[in-house]
Amino acid sequence: MNLTIEVNNNIITANQGDTILDALSQNGMTVPTLCHMKGLFPTGACRMCVVEVEGRRNLVTACSEPVLDGMKIKTHSARVIESRKTIVELLLSNHPDDCLYCERNGSCELQDLSEDLHIRERRISGQKNKYKLDVSSASIVRDPAKCILCGRCVRVCEEIEGVSAIEFVGRGSKTFIDTSFNHGLNLSTCVNCGQCIMVCPTGALKEKDHISEIKDMLAEPEKTVVVQYAPSISVSLAEEFGLPSGQNMIGLMNAALRRMGFNYVFDTSFSADLTIMEEASELVHRVQNGGKLPMITSCCPGWVKYAEEFQHDMIENLSSCKSPQQMMGAIIKSYFAETENIAPENIYSVSIMPCTAKKFEQQREEMIQNGISDVDAVLTTRELARMIRLYGIDITKMEPELADSPLGTRSSAGKIFGTSGGVMEAAIRSAHYFITGKEMVKFQVKGVRGLEGRKEAKVNIGEMEVGVVVVSGLKNAEILMEEIRNGRNDIHFIEVMACPGGCINGGGQPIGTDDEAIKARMLSLYDIDEKDAIKMSHKNPYIKELYDKFLGKPLGHKSHELLHTHYQKRDIN
Amino acid sequence: MSYMKTIVQEILDQYPNAGRDSLIPILQHMQEKLGFLSEESVIEVSKHLKMPASKIFGVATFYNQFRFNQPGKYHVQVCRGTACHVLGSATVLDEIEKNLKIKTGQTTKDKLFSLEVVACIGACGLAPVISINGEFHAKVGTESIKGIFEDYRNREE
Repeated sequence: MNLTIEVNNNIITANQGDTILDALSQNGMTVPTLCHMKGLFPTGACRMCVVEVEGRRNLVTACSEPVLDGMKIKTHSARVIESRKTIVELLLSNHPDDCLYCERNGSCELQDLSEDLHIRERRISGQKNKYKLDVSSASIVRDPAKCILCGRCVRVCEEIEGVSAIEFVGRGSKTFIDTSFNHGLNLSTCVNCGQCIMVCPTGALKEKDHISEIKDMLAEPEKTVVVQYAPSISVSLAEEFGLPSGQNMIGLMNAALRRMGFNYVFDTSFSADLTIMEEASELVHRVQNGGKLPMITSCCPGWVKYAEEFQHDMIENLSSCKSPQQMMGAIIKSYFAETENIAPENIYSVSIMPCTAKKFEQQREEMIQNGISDVDAVLTTRELARMIRLYGIDITKMEPELADSPLGTRSSAGKIFGTSGGVMEAAIRSAHYFITGKEMVKFQVKGVRGLEGRKEAKVNIGEMEVGVVVVSGLKNAEILMEEIRNGRNDIHFIEVMACPGGCINGGGQPIGTDDEAIKARMLSLYDIDEKDAIKMSHKNPYIKELYDKFLGKPLGHKSHELLHTHYQKRDIN
Repeated sequence: MSYMKTIVQEILDQYPNAGRDSLIPILQHMQEKLGFLSEESVIEVSKHLKMPASKIFGVATFYNQFRFNQPGKYHVQVCRGTACHVLGSATVLDEIEKNLKIKTGQTTKDKLFSLEVVACIGACGLAPVISINGEFHAKVGTESIKGIFEDYRNREE
């Protein structure tokens, strides 16, 4: 039913059951918010969104108040503005005020709010918070002093990821956000997905910096510095330079990386193809030999740690394949080192990922052989942009260049890894060929595409009907695992990504990533898939060459040594 | 199974099929038996109630009644009620923290003393007052702290 309400003397219509905030945004109006999170139940905690409603004595929070027919609302009356201003002034009263040194200088919501509300003097000064920086995690740095207690990180961790590594601790003015028993994040259940960073309005959460070390290595003459970038990076970098979301920057990025001094530029989509060769073979092997089903992907290090902690009875279901990042790292320090005649210890291998958990994955002990780690440092998309600016490169003025051969050539199946459903689709394309010996007539698997948290499809491969499910956001994975435990048995293959929508919405992506941006990135990846000539991982000529010259065959001895790993139960504390 | 684990398990067995509404009674029961909430006990409660440990820690730190360190042989309670405050209990507390080299809520390394702040002991006439294992020390000042604790330490030798 349509309701009519009056906002700032304009009549607008709204739907029954909508909140005032919904009604305003449907009509192109906004009020500032802090604790509000789209899609989650409102808490009304920060009170930034207060509006005046005629007949009500107190201001009401637009995010949680349902609209009523004939409601008269003022969104920017003097009283409302004064109230919002006071809230921000109070938040600033115990804030460290070190904006010039802050990671989020320029992308901080608190900064924006105080600018928008025209706060030009310190009216209220309070005691500054003194908290220790938590640098214990391999991926995420927490600075509780900058925290304004909006609670968005706590909610995303609990409601989207089902992890609850952090929580409000203490009471009143002494409240802050911390882990259980004030341990560092490294000892908590944190899976390093970085979604907390994506929702943090201030600089209280950020990724662990790897730029300084890389900078030093680039200046080291005897080191060969090699870089790889994940499939989603080229379609996510544009916003950092004011370009439209989803624009494919691949050529410009290759050029910029070479200007910075990287000796070789490789594409992780190549090793995504390699992952598919191994993973699809593993799936076929499991299906044909009565192996453990459903098989579950293990590309996402957030999901892997989550499974080790919370779903350890399912560890056998996880594919033994390393992630594309680690596969590329292993190939660089073996095959590439051999062919180029460089000692592996003189190679410094950097990867650029949309992900903070990759920083953790790179340091896992399973990923280090004889003291040599597959990958040496991991940059997020944000750090890459920062580095491009640091080196004074105007990326928009570059001439596009190609990545280096052979580890820079990919099929488009490897490219769509960047979006939720991509690994599944790429695996189906190759599994179809491995089982039937024929290519799929229609290469798209529409049922697994899109940004929903859960997608299910049935795919016919030869005479067999294969049940596949794609989930993103670990809460969705938890629900699915419970279904399987309760006896669901029509699923053969599951793809899990920790971040909603997959890597295009990863915890290392540009701050301010919204639904529109994620959608644009997804469409851009599928557009590349549409236009590319090679759409199947097994048809990538350089993958064939790699197997012919070096690896032998998928799941062979060498593959097992370099490309596969194992996972084990972790205690929760 | 360790002694503590046995106690924890015995307590949890008394709450079969409990939901999150039983959290606080269980924590109170734990503290009553253990003297404090150990990390181990919180993790076991979290498994029992299928609730994240961080959530339980969050709830427990909200309430003043829960402690997370094993109490010392002598449990020191410093009254921070109104009357004691007016007569300088804040400086008394500072002095005790300095003397014992611990903060409120902690236990000394030798496990002899633990320190807690309480709202009002109900002995306002004796303000500022501290209680050590139920023994009241009236009208304490910064100068008397050293002697009081010296006395307890001497009892141990």
